[in-house]
Amino acid sequence: MSMNSTGRPTSANQQNKVNAAALLPDEPLLFEVGRLDSSGVDLPEVQIDNSFLGGFERQEKLQLHGLSEPETMRHYVRLSRLNISIDASIYPLGSCTMKHNPRLNEQMARLNGFANIHPLQPINTVQGALEMIEQLADWLMKLTNTPAISMSPKAGAHGELCGMMAIKAAHDANGQSERNIVLVPESAHGTNPATAAFLGYQVRSIKANENGTVDVSAVIEAMDENVAAIMLTNPNTCGLFEPDIIKIADAIHDAGAYFYCDGANFNAIMGIVCPGDLGIDAMHINLHKTFSTPHGGGGPGAGPVVLSEALAPFAPVPFIKKGGDNITLVEHVEDSQSLGRLTAFHGQTGMFIRSLSFILSHGIDGIEQVAKDAVLNANYVKVKLEGEFSLPFGNQHTMHEVLFDDSFLAGTGVTTLDFAKAMIDEGFHPMTMYFPLVVQGAMLIEPTESESKYSLDNFCQKMLELAKDAKVGNVERFTNAPMRAPRNRIDETLAARKPILKWVKEE
Amino acid sequence: MRYLPHSDNERQQMLNSIGIDCVDELFASIPKSAIKQGQFDLPNHKGEFLVAQHLGDLAKKNLSANDVPFFIGAGAYHHHVPASVDHLIQRSEWLTAYTPYQPEISQGTLQALFEFQTQVATLMGMDIANASMYDGSTATAEAALMAKRITRRKKIILSGGLHPQYRDVVHTYLDNGKDLITLDSTPDGQGDISSQIDEQTAAIIVQTPDYFGSLRDVKQLADAAHEKGALLIVVITEIISLGLLEAPGNLGADIVVAEGQSLGNSLNFGGPYLGLLATRAKFTRQLPGRLCGQTIDSAGRRSYTLTLSTREQHIRREKATSNICTNAGLCALAFSIHLTLLGGTGLTKLAKLNHKMARELANELQKNPNIKLLNNSFFNEMVVRLPKAAEQIVNNLANKNILAGMPLSRLEPDNRQVENLLILAATELTSSKDIKTLCQALREELL
Repeated sequence: MSMNSTGRPTSANQQNKVNAAALLPDEPLLFEVGRLDSSGVDLPEVQIDNSFLGGFERQEKLQLHGLSEPETMRHYVRLSRLNISIDASIYPLGSCTMKHNPRLNEQMARLNGFANIHPLQPINTVQGALEMIEQLADWLMKLTNTPAISMSPKAGAHGELCGMMAIKAAHDANGQSERNIVLVPESAHGTNPATAAFLGYQVRSIKANENGTVDVSAVIEAMDENVAAIMLTNPNTCGLFEPDIIKIADAIHDAGAYFYCDGANFNAIMGIVCPGDLGIDAMHINLHKTFSTPHGGGGPGAGPVVLSEALAPFAPVPFIKKGGDNITLVEHVEDSQSLGRLTAFHGQTGMFIRSLSFILSHGIDGIEQVAKDAVLNANYVKVKLEGEFSLPFGNQHTMHEVLFDDSFLAGTGVTTLDFAKAMIDEGFHPMTMYFPLVVQGAMLIEPTESESKYSLDNFCQKMLELAKDAKVGNVERFTNAPMRAPRNRIDETLAARKPILKWVKEE
Repeated sequence: MRYLPHSDNERQQMLNSIGIDCVDELFASIPKSAIKQGQFDLPNHKGEFLVAQHLGDLAKKNLSANDVPFFIGAGAYHHHVPASVDHLIQRSEWLTAYTPYQPEISQGTLQALFEFQTQVATLMGMDIANASMYDGSTATAEAALMAKRITRRKKIILSGGLHPQYRDVVHTYLDNGKDLITLDSTPDGQGDISSQIDEQTAAIIVQTPDYFGSLRDVKQLADAAHEKGALLIVVITEIISLGLLEAPGNLGADIVVAEGQSLGNSLNFGGPYLGLLATRAKFTRQLPGRLCGQTIDSAGRRSYTLTLSTREQHIRREKATSNICTNAGLCALAFSIHLTLLGGTGLTKLAKLNHKMARELANELQKNPNIKLLNNSFFNEMVVRLPKAAEQIVNNLANKNILAGMPLSRLEPDNRQVENLLILAATELTSSKDIKTLCQALREELL
């Protein structure tokens, strides 16, 4: 241990493990600290007559608890301290792209001229907003080399719905409505089969080969005249680029079907590969992953969908049209093949501003560097960990995320879940676990471009320590974990068996 | 590049560790023909103030509701959001956390969701609410699908007073309007819903206050639906109305959906907003979207976690109740904080203030003999008939920096019956001076 002149340890790694309970207070429920007659907003008490309320007024006083402003601040600040966040720690959730959320983006989205405009104002009073959307749309189309885009979808899964509806509408228009099967690889996100089923399609599963990717021969084998589309994630959820992807696109098109690409992992290839060049017909782009809009504890997301020439006529309303000096918003189309409307208004404008701010800040040079650094970081983690962890598909380079399975834990009595919970005690958010489903006890690590070498070294060092500890039989460290989080292992089975979904006053 | 931590030297060290010379080798699995050839026609990176100037210039081209007399509603409302709400939701721990799949380190988000669900259920007079949806329109479509699952019936009836864009979204979600009955949309004739309900009907969907601002008799519709074994879905686009109006759950609604934007969330040109969805306990397992529930940890302490996820796509895949993955977490948090600041007493005061300003607006408008109010009832929004096309008048007033409401023709350009109709809303932010300015300008237009 190194010491400074006063004999104190200088290495951060040697600090005693601090029990931070004093800074992580439990916080009662709002309904336990609040009062029914309390309020943190000053409003005038106005008298109204009820002649225009049709006899529909509330019969009893509204039983909602309130707090003054200082109490409100304390309640939500104390609650916030029970959360882990990207700003505080690496958050290596595979397939989630938990990158830094620049605060400039937040400031831009709150500009008076963006935050306080109504979606139904006269079009000539919102030209700046339409121009902003048009600029983002232009970047997304150029980065994907696609001719059309729908900005409506509210999230990735909503984007899938949009793209698959466009595919369905195209088949209907071509007299191919009887096509009722969608091909989905086993490694796909759960939203893919759910989206296909939502639209009435049967899901036909495709197996991966021993390298973790899909062979064109497997697609051809699964193909018949009833196949409407394939939904394929690229790079896939094993962190691998699908080497047969162009051949797969050709095979799909030769059979009269369409190619839906799940763009969740676009971060790995943006600026390097244009998905339009691969032959895709539709792909959603998760702005909350690749383009850094904050996840916010579970949304809001945004999932614009780029479309091929073949699917462009079926895009939903509204869309933006540029003509001369003015930009118009097309909200209605007559006699068109449009699939209709997917949401009220025009999509997640607040998220568009944040994404455009991210994109302009990076520029095309920075965007290419983002992909390279994201891939570099994942491979660095792979190389650091592969001695103790197990790779399911042999030793190959990976893209933006690295996938391990649980065979390195065989015989230890430690599961992937236990391992993840032990990571919490080291101050990390766990990686994605048990996904993709194609490998046993999956551990999917996506560091993103935002992590420094220092951060990655620290993370890998702790991960290696944990792996070694599991192997030498220190099982309790895992099965009892987490021990140093605001809560110990939470009983999720009880929550589902006896659902308590709201607070009820104790009698 | 300010967001990328590595120096070139560090990149080289990392490449050395991997055992390669150049980062391009990591992309070697990509077929050559897939690699972008040539340059993108796109600019390089910019410093923070240049980006701020660029976006600032675009923002300045828009006319902000904060800066002019403002009367537009129709599904999105201009309300005051307390300063503390926006401060709190920008804390790192709320803003930059993921979905709380690891409950031990996400108790903040989870407890806040549990409180949100309780607030929403209480406000709507229902047993349970989910953890929020994308927005009111998609929540309406999901409610229709939910009703079909519950009743195992096909037919959905849309009241004519449903917001036209909500109607269109339901139409899209329900396989291009398959088994969908849509009643005519006129402010005076509310359509005879009851006569349309039959043994095949899964649900009727009614909005109150409706698209035209009028209040609908929920109790009567609930009774009519239940008599035939159908469900009643109530849609609310102005959630603040529930500070003053009876909760739909107390009037017999089976599912209540709403747009929650009015609390905690700015107009944002239409998004992000948040959908609310509440229902009876017996329908819990047919709910779409995330749910947070109470449980304990291994030390027996009260804790929260996402639950009943066997309904959801990441577990059930093609058998899920919906393909929905996310909720509107941060918007729901803003909603919940704003509602906590208000409390029941504050929300009631706020609702009364909204109604008072709307009454004042209606009174002042009616002083002009050329303007006819079409509502017999309203909360904070109303429809008037003008002697000429409303769109031209709205555009003329916009040129005078008055945002005078929305011409109905904006959402229904093909419906000639609504050409002269204008929807106006008032909120707590509407001043008597704004109302006078509007009415004076309308007098000049309608001379």
